[in-house]
Amino acid sequence: MALDQSFVGRTYPPTAPYEVGREKIREFAVAVGDPNPAYTDREAARALGHADVIAPPTFVFAITYDAAHRVLTDPALGLDYDRVVHGDQKFAYARPVRAGDLLSVVSTIEAVKSLAGNDIVDVRGEVRDASGELVVTAWTKLVSRAAEEG
Amino acid sequence: MSTATKIAYADVETGTELPAQTFPVTRATLVRYAGASGDFNPIHWNERFAREVGLPDVIAHGMFTMAEAIRVVTDWVGDPGAVLEYGVRFTKPVIVPDDGEGAVIEVSGKVAAKLADNTVRVDLTAMSAGKKVLGMARAVVRLA
Repeated sequence: MALDQSFVGRTYPPTAPYEVGREKIREFAVAVGDPNPAYTDREAARALGHADVIAPPTFVFAITYDAAHRVLTDPALGLDYDRVVHGDQKFAYARPVRAGDLLSVVSTIEAVKSLAGNDIVDVRGEVRDASGELVVTAWTKLVSRAAEEG
Repeated sequence: MSTATKIAYADVETGTELPAQTFPVTRATLVRYAGASGDFNPIHWNERFAREVGLPDVIAHGMFTMAEAIRVVTDWVGDPGAVLEYGVRFTKPVIVPDDGEGAVIEVSGKVAAKLADNTVRVDLTAMSAGKKVLGMARAVVRLA
Protein backbone atom coordinates (compact mmCIF):
# COMPACT_ATOMS: atom_id res chain seq x y z
CA MET A 1 0.00 0.00 0.00
CA ALA A 2 1.40 3.37 -0.97
CA LEU A 3 2.26 5.64 1.90
CA ASP A 4 1.12 9.22 2.02
CA GLN A 5 4.17 11.24 0.92
CA SER A 6 2.75 14.39 2.43
CA PHE A 7 3.90 13.07 5.83
CA VAL A 8 7.56 13.75 4.96
CA GLY A 9 8.86 16.60 7.08
CA ARG A 10 5.98 16.53 9.53
CA THR A 11 6.95 17.35 13.07
CA TYR A 12 4.80 16.45 16.03
CA PRO A 13 4.28 18.27 19.34
CA PRO A 14 6.53 17.31 22.27
CA THR A 15 5.48 14.27 24.29
CA ALA A 16 4.52 14.56 27.96
CA PRO A 17 7.73 14.43 30.05
CA TYR A 18 9.09 10.99 30.97
CA GLU A 19 10.83 10.97 34.35
CA VAL A 20 13.94 8.79 34.30
CA GLY A 21 13.94 6.75 37.50
CA ARG A 22 17.01 5.32 39.21
CA GLU A 23 15.32 1.95 39.71
CA LYS A 24 14.13 1.84 36.09
CA ILE A 25 17.73 2.31 34.97
CA ARG A 26 18.81 -0.48 37.33
CA GLU A 27 16.07 -2.77 35.99
CA PHE A 28 17.20 -2.11 32.41
CA ALA A 29 20.88 -2.66 33.25
CA VAL A 30 20.04 -5.97 34.96
CA ALA A 31 17.92 -7.01 31.97
CA VAL A 32 20.83 -6.52 29.58
CA GLY A 33 23.21 -8.14 32.07
CA ASP A 34 25.41 -5.06 32.34
CA PRO A 35 27.14 -4.66 35.73
CA ASN A 36 28.72 -1.25 34.96
CA PRO A 37 28.47 0.65 38.29
CA ALA A 38 27.73 3.94 36.49
CA TYR A 39 24.17 2.61 36.05
CA THR A 40 23.49 1.71 39.67
CA ASP A 41 25.97 3.43 42.01
CA ARG A 42 25.67 7.20 42.31
CA GLU A 43 29.17 7.57 43.73
CA ALA A 44 30.65 5.57 40.87
CA ALA A 45 28.74 7.74 38.40
CA ARG A 46 29.95 10.90 40.14
CA ALA A 47 33.54 9.66 40.00
CA LEU A 48 33.10 9.61 36.22
CA GLY A 49 31.79 13.19 36.26
CA HIS A 50 28.06 12.51 36.09
CA ALA A 51 25.54 14.21 38.39
CA ASP A 52 23.70 10.95 39.09
CA VAL A 53 23.53 7.40 37.78
CA ILE A 54 23.36 7.35 34.00
CA ALA A 55 21.35 5.11 31.70
CA PRO A 56 22.83 2.57 29.27
CA PRO A 57 23.14 4.02 25.75
CA THR A 58 20.08 2.26 24.33
CA PHE A 59 17.79 2.92 27.33
CA VAL A 60 16.29 6.02 25.70
CA PHE A 61 14.86 3.94 22.85
CA ALA A 62 11.80 3.04 24.92
CA ILE A 63 10.98 6.75 25.11
CA THR A 64 11.68 7.65 21.49
CA TYR A 65 9.96 4.54 20.14
CA ASP A 66 6.86 5.26 22.14
CA ALA A 67 6.77 8.72 20.55
CA ALA A 68 7.44 7.32 17.06
CA HIS A 69 4.79 4.66 17.49
CA ARG A 70 2.11 7.26 18.13
CA VAL A 71 3.10 9.05 14.94
CA LEU A 72 3.37 5.96 12.74
CA THR A 73 0.07 4.39 13.72
CA ASP A 74 -1.79 7.40 12.27
CA PRO A 75 -4.13 5.62 9.82
CA ALA A 76 -3.71 8.47 7.33
CA LEU A 77 -0.03 7.52 6.84
CA GLY A 78 -1.06 4.07 5.59
CA LEU A 79 1.68 2.01 7.25
CA ASP A 80 0.79 -1.66 7.90
CA TYR A 81 2.07 -1.77 11.44
CA ASP A 82 1.50 -5.52 11.82
CA ARG A 83 4.29 -6.12 9.29
CA VAL A 84 6.76 -3.59 10.66
CA VAL A 85 10.31 -4.60 11.53
CA HIS A 86 13.11 -2.45 12.88
CA GLY A 87 15.59 -1.70 10.10
CA ASP A 88 18.19 0.70 11.48
CA GLN A 89 18.73 2.53 14.73
CA LYS A 90 21.12 5.34 15.51
CA PHE A 91 21.68 7.65 18.47
CA ALA A 92 23.73 10.83 18.88
CA TYR A 93 24.26 11.85 22.49
CA ALA A 94 24.76 15.45 23.61
CA ARG A 95 25.12 13.96 27.10
CA PRO A 96 24.13 10.67 28.74
CA VAL A 97 20.58 10.25 30.01
CA ARG A 98 20.62 10.29 33.82
CA ALA A 99 18.31 9.63 36.73
CA GLY A 100 15.98 12.53 37.42
CA ASP A 101 15.83 13.70 33.80
CA LEU A 102 12.42 14.80 32.58
CA LEU A 103 12.60 13.92 28.91
CA SER A 104 10.30 15.01 26.15
CA VAL A 105 10.47 13.90 22.51
CA VAL A 106 9.73 15.81 19.32
CA SER A 107 9.31 13.37 16.42
CA THR A 108 9.84 14.29 12.78
CA ILE A 109 9.16 12.04 9.80
CA GLU A 110 12.33 12.40 7.73
CA ALA A 111 11.54 10.05 4.84
CA VAL A 112 8.77 7.88 3.48
CA LYS A 113 9.48 5.52 0.59
CA SER A 114 8.66 2.19 -1.00
CA LEU A 115 11.40 -0.20 -2.14
CA ALA A 116 10.68 -3.62 -3.65
CA GLY A 117 7.23 -3.61 -2.08
CA ASN A 118 8.51 -2.70 1.36
CA ASP A 119 7.27 0.52 2.93
CA ILE A 120 10.05 2.38 4.72
CA VAL A 121 9.70 5.24 7.18
CA ASP A 122 12.53 7.18 8.82
CA VAL A 123 11.70 9.01 12.04
CA ARG A 124 13.96 11.34 13.98
CA GLY A 125 13.27 11.89 17.66
CA GLU A 126 14.86 14.83 19.45
CA VAL A 127 14.96 14.23 23.18
CA ARG A 128 15.19 17.31 25.40
CA ASP A 129 15.35 17.74 29.16
CA ALA A 130 13.16 20.00 31.31
CA SER A 131 15.37 23.00 30.51
CA GLY A 132 14.94 22.41 26.79
CA GLU A 133 18.54 21.25 26.26
CA LEU A 134 19.03 18.55 23.65
CA VAL A 135 20.08 15.26 25.30
CA VAL A 136 19.83 12.65 22.54
CA THR A 137 18.77 12.48 18.92
CA ALA A 138 17.46 9.08 17.81
CA TRP A 139 16.97 7.97 14.21
CA THR A 140 14.72 4.96 13.66
CA LYS A 141 14.11 3.23 10.34
CA LEU A 142 11.02 1.02 10.26
CA VAL A 143 10.25 -1.31 7.39
CA SER A 144 6.81 -2.71 6.70
CA ARG A 145 7.61 -5.90 4.82
CA ALA A 146 5.91 -6.67 1.54
CA ALA A 147 3.33 -9.44 1.87
CA GLU A 148 4.78 -12.83 0.89
CA GLU A 149 3.83 -14.06 -2.55
CA GLY A 150 1.38 -16.97 -2.66
CA MET B 1 31.56 15.90 28.50
CA SER B 2 33.42 13.44 30.69
CA THR B 3 36.85 12.20 29.77
CA ALA B 4 37.16 9.85 32.74
CA THR B 5 37.77 6.92 30.43
CA LYS B 6 40.31 4.18 31.04
CA ILE B 7 41.68 4.36 27.52
CA ALA B 8 43.91 7.18 26.28
CA TYR B 9 43.55 8.47 22.73
CA ALA B 10 47.32 8.44 22.35
CA ASP B 11 47.43 4.72 23.16
CA VAL B 12 45.15 3.54 20.37
CA GLU B 13 45.68 3.25 16.66
CA THR B 14 43.48 2.51 13.71
CA GLY B 15 43.09 -1.26 13.87
CA THR B 16 43.40 -1.53 17.66
CA GLU B 17 41.14 -4.41 18.70
CA LEU B 18 38.79 -4.15 21.65
CA PRO B 19 38.37 -7.20 23.92
CA ALA B 20 35.71 -9.41 22.32
CA GLN B 21 32.81 -10.70 24.42
CA THR B 22 30.09 -13.31 24.14
CA PHE B 23 26.59 -12.77 25.50
CA PRO B 24 24.21 -15.67 26.16
CA VAL B 25 20.50 -15.19 25.40
CA THR B 26 17.72 -17.47 26.63
CA ARG B 27 13.95 -17.15 26.58
CA ALA B 28 14.18 -15.94 30.18
CA THR B 29 16.58 -13.19 29.05
CA LEU B 30 14.02 -12.01 26.49
CA VAL B 31 11.12 -12.05 28.94
CA ARG B 32 13.17 -9.94 31.34
CA TYR B 33 14.20 -7.56 28.56
CA ALA B 34 10.58 -7.25 27.41
CA GLY B 35 9.58 -6.16 30.90
CA ALA B 36 12.45 -3.72 31.33
CA SER B 37 12.12 -2.16 27.88
CA GLY B 38 8.35 -2.26 27.52
CA ASP B 39 8.60 -4.10 24.18
CA PHE B 40 6.10 -6.96 24.53
CA ASN B 41 5.94 -7.94 20.86
CA PRO B 42 5.06 -11.69 21.05
CA ILE B 43 7.70 -12.60 18.42
CA HIS B 44 10.16 -12.25 21.32
CA TRP B 45 8.49 -14.76 23.67
CA ASN B 46 5.71 -16.69 21.90
CA GLU B 47 6.98 -19.41 19.56
CA ARG B 48 3.54 -20.16 18.12
CA PHE B 49 3.06 -16.51 17.19
CA ALA B 50 6.60 -16.18 15.81
CA ARG B 51 6.05 -19.13 13.47
CA GLU B 52 2.68 -17.79 12.39
CA VAL B 53 4.33 -14.61 11.12
CA GLY B 54 6.96 -16.58 9.22
CA LEU B 55 9.87 -16.60 11.64
CA PRO B 56 11.80 -19.82 12.31
CA ASP B 57 11.38 -19.44 16.08
CA VAL B 58 11.33 -16.79 18.80
CA ILE B 59 13.87 -14.05 18.02
CA ALA B 60 15.69 -11.64 20.31
CA HIS B 61 14.70 -7.98 20.37
CA GLY B 62 16.97 -6.12 17.97
CA MET B 63 17.41 -3.50 20.66
CA PHE B 64 18.62 -6.21 23.05
CA THR B 65 21.34 -7.15 20.59
CA MET B 66 22.17 -3.47 20.15
CA ALA B 67 22.44 -3.09 23.94
CA GLU B 68 24.80 -6.07 24.20
CA ALA B 69 27.04 -5.01 21.30
CA ILE B 70 27.86 -1.58 22.77
CA ARG B 71 29.14 -3.27 25.93
CA VAL B 72 32.31 -4.13 24.06
CA VAL B 73 32.84 -0.36 23.86
CA THR B 74 31.55 0.69 27.30
CA ASP B 75 33.47 -2.06 29.11
CA TRP B 76 36.60 -1.00 27.19
CA VAL B 77 36.39 2.69 28.13
CA GLY B 78 34.71 2.25 31.54
CA ASP B 79 32.49 5.33 31.25
CA PRO B 80 29.33 4.65 29.20
CA GLY B 81 28.84 8.41 29.03
CA ALA B 82 31.82 8.58 26.67
CA VAL B 83 29.70 7.15 23.84
CA LEU B 84 28.79 10.06 21.56
CA GLU B 85 27.18 8.20 18.67
CA TYR B 86 25.98 4.65 18.17
CA GLY B 87 24.16 3.14 15.23
CA VAL B 88 23.36 -0.30 13.82
CA ARG B 89 21.44 -1.99 11.03
CA PHE B 90 19.46 -5.08 12.00
CA THR B 91 20.46 -7.52 9.28
CA LYS B 92 19.54 -10.98 10.65
CA PRO B 93 17.55 -12.03 13.69
CA VAL B 94 19.11 -13.73 16.71
CA ILE B 95 17.09 -16.95 16.91
CA VAL B 96 16.52 -18.14 20.47
CA PRO B 97 15.36 -21.76 20.71
CA ASP B 98 13.69 -23.17 23.81
CA ASP B 99 16.28 -25.92 24.21
CA GLY B 100 17.76 -25.07 27.58
CA GLU B 101 20.73 -23.33 25.97
CA GLY B 102 19.29 -20.55 23.84
CA ALA B 103 21.63 -18.49 21.68
CA VAL B 104 24.94 -16.69 21.96
CA ILE B 105 25.82 -13.26 20.54
CA GLU B 106 29.53 -12.85 19.81
CA VAL B 107 30.73 -9.26 19.58
CA SER B 108 34.11 -7.93 18.52
CA GLY B 109 35.23 -4.41 17.78
CA LYS B 110 38.15 -2.44 16.47
CA VAL B 111 39.17 1.16 16.11
CA ALA B 112 38.29 2.09 12.54
CA ALA B 113 39.38 5.73 12.60
CA LYS B 114 40.92 8.30 14.91
CA LEU B 115 38.81 11.47 14.79
CA ALA B 116 39.10 15.00 16.17
CA ASP B 117 38.83 15.96 19.86
CA ASN B 118 40.15 12.67 21.25
CA THR B 119 37.34 10.69 19.67
CA VAL B 120 37.57 7.43 17.75
CA ARG B 121 35.16 5.46 15.62
CA VAL B 122 34.79 1.82 16.65
CA ASP B 123 33.35 -0.69 14.19
CA LEU B 124 31.56 -3.63 15.81
CA THR B 125 30.83 -7.10 14.50
CA ALA B 126 28.01 -9.10 16.08
CA MET B 127 27.48 -12.76 15.14
CA SER B 128 25.01 -15.40 16.24
CA ALA B 129 24.90 -18.99 14.95
CA GLY B 130 27.53 -18.07 12.37
CA LYS B 131 25.54 -15.17 10.91
CA LYS B 132 26.18 -11.46 11.08
CA VAL B 133 23.23 -10.07 13.02
CA LEU B 134 24.18 -6.38 12.88
CA GLY B 135 25.41 -4.35 9.92
CA MET B 136 27.05 -0.93 9.92
CA ALA B 137 27.46 -1.22 13.69
CA ARG B 138 29.51 1.82 14.61
CA ALA B 139 30.12 3.92 17.68
CA VAL B 140 31.97 7.17 18.21
CA VAL B 141 33.52 7.37 21.65
CA ARG B 142 35.58 9.99 23.47
CA LEU B 143 38.83 8.79 25.00
CA ALA B 144 41.01 10.37 27.65
